[in-house]
Amino acid sequence: MIIEDLPPDAADRSGRPVLEVDELTVTFRRRGEQPTRAVDGVSFAVAPGETVGLVGESGCGKSVTSLAVMGLLPRRGVEVGGSVRLDGQELVGAPDRTLRGLRGADMAMVFQDPLSSLNPTVPIGTQVTEVLLEHRELSRKDATAQATDLLDRVGIPDPARRLKEYPHQLSGGMRQRALIAMALACRPRLLIADEPTTALDVTIQAQILELLRELVVDSGTALVMITHDLGVVAGLCDRVHVMYSGRIIESADRHELFARPRQPYTGGLLASVPRLDGVRGAPLHPIRGSARDVIPWAEGCAFAPRCDHAQDDCLTEVAGSTVPLEYDGPGRELRCRHPLEYPRSPAGATAAGAAR
Amino acid sequence: MTADPLLRVEGLQVHFPIKRGVFVDRTVGHVRAVDGVDLAVDRGSTYGLVGESGCGKSTLGRAVLRLVEPTAGQVWFDGTDVASLSGEPLRRMRRRMQMVFQDPLGSLDPRQDVESLLSEPLHAHGLGGGRAGIAERVRTLLDAVGLPSAALRRYPHEFSGGQRQRIGIARAVALEPDLLIADEPVSALDVSVQAQVLNLLEELQERLGLTYLVIAHDLAVVRHISDVVGVMYLGSLVEQAPADVLYEQPLHPYTRALMSAVPVPDPVVEENRERILLAGDLPSPANPPSGCRFHTRCPWRQETRCDDEAPVLRELGTGHLVSCHWAEEIRDGVLTPRSAEEVAATMGVSIRATGVENPESDALVQGLDAPIERR
Amino acid sequence: MTAIGDVRRRRIDELAARAGQVPEGEGGVSLTRSAFRRLRRNPVAILGAVIVLVFLVVAAFAPLLAPRDPLAQTLLSEIRPGFIPGATAGFPLGADELGRDLLSRLVVGSRQSLLIGVVSTVLGVVVGMALGVLAGAFGGWVDTVVMRFIDILLSIPSLLMAITISVLLGQNQYALMIAIAVTQVPVFARLLRGSMLAQRGSDYALAAQALGIKRGRIVFGHVLPNSLSPVIVQATLSLATAIIEAAALSFLGLGDPDLARPEWGAMLANAQPFLSVRPELAIYPALCIIVVALGFTLLGESLREALDPKFRR
Repeated sequence: MIIEDLPPDAADRSGRPVLEVDELTVTFRRRGEQPTRAVDGVSFAVAPGETVGLVGESGCGKSVTSLAVMGLLPRRGVEVGGSVRLDGQELVGAPDRTLRGLRGADMAMVFQDPLSSLNPTVPIGTQVTEVLLEHRELSRKDATAQATDLLDRVGIPDPARRLKEYPHQLSGGMRQRALIAMALACRPRLLIADEPTTALDVTIQAQILELLRELVVDSGTALVMITHDLGVVAGLCDRVHVMYSGRIIESADRHELFARPRQPYTGGLLASVPRLDGVRGAPLHPIRGSARDVIPWAEGCAFAPRCDHAQDDCLTEVAGSTVPLEYDGPGRELRCRHPLEYPRSPAGATAAGAAR
Repeated sequence: MTADPLLRVEGLQVHFPIKRGVFVDRTVGHVRAVDGVDLAVDRGSTYGLVGESGCGKSTLGRAVLRLVEPTAGQVWFDGTDVASLSGEPLRRMRRRMQMVFQDPLGSLDPRQDVESLLSEPLHAHGLGGGRAGIAERVRTLLDAVGLPSAALRRYPHEFSGGQRQRIGIARAVALEPDLLIADEPVSALDVSVQAQVLNLLEELQERLGLTYLVIAHDLAVVRHISDVVGVMYLGSLVEQAPADVLYEQPLHPYTRALMSAVPVPDPVVEENRERILLAGDLPSPANPPSGCRFHTRCPWRQETRCDDEAPVLRELGTGHLVSCHWAEEIRDGVLTPRSAEEVAATMGVSIRATGVENPESDALVQGLDAPIERR
Repeated sequence: MTAIGDVRRRRIDELAARAGQVPEGEGGVSLTRSAFRRLRRNPVAILGAVIVLVFLVVAAFAPLLAPRDPLAQTLLSEIRPGFIPGATAGFPLGADELGRDLLSRLVVGSRQSLLIGVVSTVLGVVVGMALGVLAGAFGGWVDTVVMRFIDILLSIPSLLMAITISVLLGQNQYALMIAIAVTQVPVFARLLRGSMLAQRGSDYALAAQALGIKRGRIVFGHVLPNSLSPVIVQATLSLATAIIEAAALSFLGLGDPDLARPEWGAMLANAQPFLSVRPELAIYPALCIIVVALGFTLLGESLREALDPKFRR
């Protein structure tokens, strides 16, 4: 079940990024309503074999970002700006035909709900072979053999028989595996996983995360992991972008981020979740209010109303400019005027403690 | 705290019949959602019940409140067997045991404003002392859960998730209950808001002297809030211990696997911890495995005894109950675990959806326990 | 701190204090009110409402609005085989084969058509809802009995039903209303039952039970009001079908035999022999039926959209 038999060319680890997202904006326009900007100038890149996490709470724009990258947003009522390049090829504004050719072949996506992402009336096998037939010149027989192979690779036992079964006959974990198999069918250079384990139990989540980990190591696929779960990020992602209200507010390598979160929001998130390995009964420090209590970025830092470190220059009207995303030490970027400070490198200071 | 526990559950079973048939419904089997559970919750303490979807934890909570009918067993609440009550006495008993639901929006009638939501239970039980008294009481309740009185005229859909859960909690404590059953109280909420609700629950417990039964799939949440934790697997309790003890030294293989699977937001911990991957999925509760129910996925399974003989809960330390034949050997490292692949190879793992043969039962069980999707 | 500094400080504090609070000002918008707001903003709904309103006003004030007596036979002198006069002075839409003013007949006819449509739908909704509530609220064997009865009703073709009822009650407008109502009953009964069963399983109904609220109050105070949306939508749409059906039954001669009450369906039937001579005689009443049915359909569809829980925010 280990993905070792992918051809070596897939494991290309040249430094050139597979995916480059540059100043991506997504605006929704609904009849009779103010347009809303769900994604507001997001930039990031993913190299082969790298796992990048987009973290944030509901409504922060992380899922919209992934849909925009895949070109899966409806054309009507949605404006996508900026640039998304897959292996240097521009996707924003590309014709539907081009995108269809790339989706499934060069980039693939795994969704949160495996049951509704599979067609309930078609056997798993047909759904997997369909992807193969669509994108690769294969005979039906070869496609079926490949599909069996794929199911085996993602850890579905007795794959030949499973091919004939319908989605409802498989358990949640197995459905998600089948979806991952479909996503991997054409050895994509980029895989986007949108909350792939949120609907699953922890023991099944552990299996799926293990599978994704192996996949990245063995095939060199670039993985974008979208999640709200900081624990998932800590175990899987190389680089993490924390999003809030449509913008990236902090970027760092995972060790750096969890050891020394700089944005008060990141620190606040870490301090507000109970930890299995911490001291029991340690008080939780919630972030006040909810994601509804944002102010538009044009008026200041969107997180300011909920932030304990907020000062008057967090507001545009006082500081004269919006809060920029700036260089913050090697490999880090930060959008904050009053970040969390740490005493000079006392290694081992826990994030949760330092955040307060 | 008195010696008597406030809530004692004895041999509780909840079986849902699986009906089949074109003209006349025939019962072709049972989903054993809860299959013989004993537990006791002391006054003023918090009992946390963890388990994965389909393990029957939510059904257990509902059976205690008689929102589903127990098939067998007793639920002693403050000396009264709730399972034997019906009609008016049951309705009056419900005042003393309340529930907080997982989905804060779904559990509030969308057509009621907050004032009506909070005053309705008071009216129903003739509490609060008249119109003015009730209005006063509703204000106090709102204040207690940290909502302004401007909320009174608003409707559930106008609040954020965390605020809705506050309303749900305010409504549950309106009747001044002794026991509060919280079924996944924070799993539908955003991460940054979960802590607010957990803190509120703790504060209310202290102020009102409440007893909690908290049901959740999130081990970290349960550990944080509970005094005693029970772990459920396929309808029965496999381990129960004081929270600290359980997390320091889990004895049951399932508990160990569960704890090793919970992601910790710390890369250093994540890279160095022991990881026990389980093979396959939860077997169908309509047709549970023989012997120890966990033997089909257990990395420590020993030939024949685990397959044939059902273990009983036995006490291995003070208040530390575990139902595993080999708990001591596993603890002392005499037995070594096998990998998930080996287990899968020997057991021919089930990968079928739970209860495929009985789609109705599947929906029933999963519907009760399925985690709400977060967007 | 300077005075300006104070002001700035206050702005941030004010934002912080607002976090987690409910916004001031507007709010307290119930689902009904927000659905109404969405309806008002939807041009399709407005169009539907205007059409329906115009027809209702015309029907209500028909005797005042009709330029002539719809029964008076004038212009008879001009009618000869193969010729019926078209629009002339005083007869904006011309006259029918008996020399009666077409416009006046259409205006007065709206009364009958709308009356039959509205009365039969109301009757259908009331009886259907009663059965639906019975089945949905009690469940069990009551549900089984009611639903089997509904199945029987459904299996009888509406035309056969109309003929039977006409035979039983004699041919008059009441028989027509009842016949149409009977065909509507199963639709509403099933709709409401299904909706109530779904709502009964919802968390808030369970929560009410856990709170010790009495059963009757849960069913009638919580479950029923939340089950009504699809019924309201269907009732609006059914008005359209009822009007069309009334016209169809009249066209087949099962309508009101009282010639003193003109009706669009009957007018259509009467116009049949003269289609080649003066097609307007058929076109105008048909157009009336189509437009009023369209009005109700547009209104119903926009209601569906407005009441859709997906749009609740």
